Amino acid sequence: MSFADILKRYDDFDVGAYCAGVDESQVERVLSKPRLSDLDYLALLSDAASTPKNLELIAARARDITRKQFGSVIFLFTPLYVSNVCDNYCPYCSFAHQNKIKRRHLKVDEVRAEAKRIAATGLRHILMLTGESRKGASVRYLKECVSVLREYFSSIAIEVYPLDKCEYSELVESGADGLTIYQETYDMGIYESLHKGGPKADFGYRLLAPERACEAGMRAVTVGALLGLAKPTREAFMTGLHAKYIREKYPSVEIAASFPRLRPQAGEFEPKFCVGDRAFVQYMAALRLFIPSAGITVSTRESARFRDSILPIGPTKMSAGVSTAVGEGSGDASDSQFEIADSRTVSEMQKNLLSQGFQPVLVDWNYILCREGVC
Amino acid sequence: MGNDDLIIAGTTLRSRLITGSGKYRDDRVIPGVLAAAECDVITVALRRVDLDRPQESILSRIPKGKILLPNTSGARNAEEAVRIARLARAVGCGDWIKIEVISDSAYLLPDNSETIKATEALAKEGFVVLPYMSPDLYAARRLVDAGAAAVMPLGAPIGSNRGLRTAELIEIMIAEVDIPVIVDAGIGRPSHAAEAMEMGAAAVLLNTAIAASDDPVKMAEAFKHAVKAGRLAFLAGMAGASKTANASSPLTGFLG
Repeated sequence: MSFADILKRYDDFDVGAYCAGVDESQVERVLSKPRLSDLDYLALLSDAASTPKNLELIAARARDITRKQFGSVIFLFTPLYVSNVCDNYCPYCSFAHQNKIKRRHLKVDEVRAEAKRIAATGLRHILMLTGESRKGASVRYLKECVSVLREYFSSIAIEVYPLDKCEYSELVESGADGLTIYQETYDMGIYESLHKGGPKADFGYRLLAPERACEAGMRAVTVGALLGLAKPTREAFMTGLHAKYIREKYPSVEIAASFPRLRPQAGEFEPKFCVGDRAFVQYMAALRLFIPSAGITVSTRESARFRDSILPIGPTKMSAGVSTAVGEGSGDASDSQFEIADSRTVSEMQKNLLSQGFQPVLVDWNYILCREGVC
Repeated sequence: MGNDDLIIAGTTLRSRLITGSGKYRDDRVIPGVLAAAECDVITVALRRVDLDRPQESILSRIPKGKILLPNTSGARNAEEAVRIARLARAVGCGDWIKIEVISDSAYLLPDNSETIKATEALAKEGFVVLPYMSPDLYAARRLVDAGAAAVMPLGAPIGSNRGLRTAELIEIMIAEVDIPVIVDAGIGRPSHAAEAMEMGAAAVLLNTAIAASDDPVKMAEAFKHAVKAGRLAFLAGMAGASKTANASSPLTGFLG
């Protein structure tokens, strides 16, 4: 049993038709339930749930649950891109192999310099990213990078190409404790049409990466789809089901979800589906009601104004001081993966959060707390 | 309350209210909360402490003179809890430790068997061990044997604010266990805290109810009064409750 079996169950299920059949009274019934079924969650993703009155009710419930579950705190982290060499041809990503962009691959000493620069901002949680290239950024290289980052950060998550379970174990051994991996789209047909070549063509291998990571000992996993590639309501539904499946199968793992929206990038790709702010809020709030304990990450793909506005509704983790280029501090940075929409520094984010009634938290875990041989 | 002080592991505590330090909108409010609550002991999640700069983190918000009760939040088994406790001591958090062993991130229910193992190991190392537990008499007795300084059964799941859902089980523990029974988790209102104290709990430990309120300082004061009121009521000995009326002048009194 894996999430592939859950996904398969919905092969012939028409999400659009189900949502079209949801009416006001069904939304009301769902909102009166203490626990939501899968289809209750889907009902909250319907048009009937997105009326101004209902969305306000859902957002209010989400706010109350978030406050009770997590308090008024936001965990801060930043991404560190160590390589943008990529063997894939994803038309929606600047790093795609075919794009003539400036490429960088940090040497271990350069990773250290970047780590020092970022650690000086006070951040202790970092997300290490690479393009998808086993040759360009081998597992051995990833382990070396993690070992260096270990010296500067208390918690290291990775967002790299999908790996085998034993490779995740090696990274856990080196010091990584979290995995972020987006399926890009849960629609297999669209996935295959977008990823015709390169290692990413294997839908199933990517889909089960979070489960392999959990089995390898990762403490935290973040899943999601890149919104804009396929029908957004179905993507939001599957993101919730994926997070729920992992939560139930690996109860000790801290599960989080994200709803990244496509941003302008180097290629000429035009998103087929547009996800407006209203839909984003609906997805996020519905997920909070569906899985109260799930973390929700909101990146700098979203504007400062929008991120500030949604603070009370459900996010638990936000990035700050972000660059999506490789070697930002070196004076010789690569081109970026995508344009960010919120360029606030860590200190600006901290001040802003406090002014809005939220406590910025820079340390929420330390790898050595569960490390054998320490103490 | 004078001679009604609570004594844990030889330390006299004036207050029977223990508060937490998480979930606040702004950590700078913590000193005010502690002052209003008049509590002696405050819990701190070691996972939130920057171990390279422990005094620059949340610990800096805690006034001198308070007893720190670091917790092992994040521990999924006894081994991890033991390691976190040792690290807490190593960074200067003292010898008191609240054991939290949780391997379900949704309900945050404690794992009693792993908690017993961790308690045994840490008590042998000289820690003052206060284990957070699911209310269960047998587990409580094992914790006493393992060297716990108090046992801390949950009233309802952490952060749920649902009150004393486990009251019957906690009452049994209070009646049967010889060390202090501190109700931890689930207390969402001052009336819940008062109820726990009326039952005979030695103290209550809570965080969300204060931290997530609109005015944490005022709420801390409310809990202070509730805990004192509940304790006084317990000491006074409450009249039994009945569903039928009891005449003040008994009808059969003339029988002598």
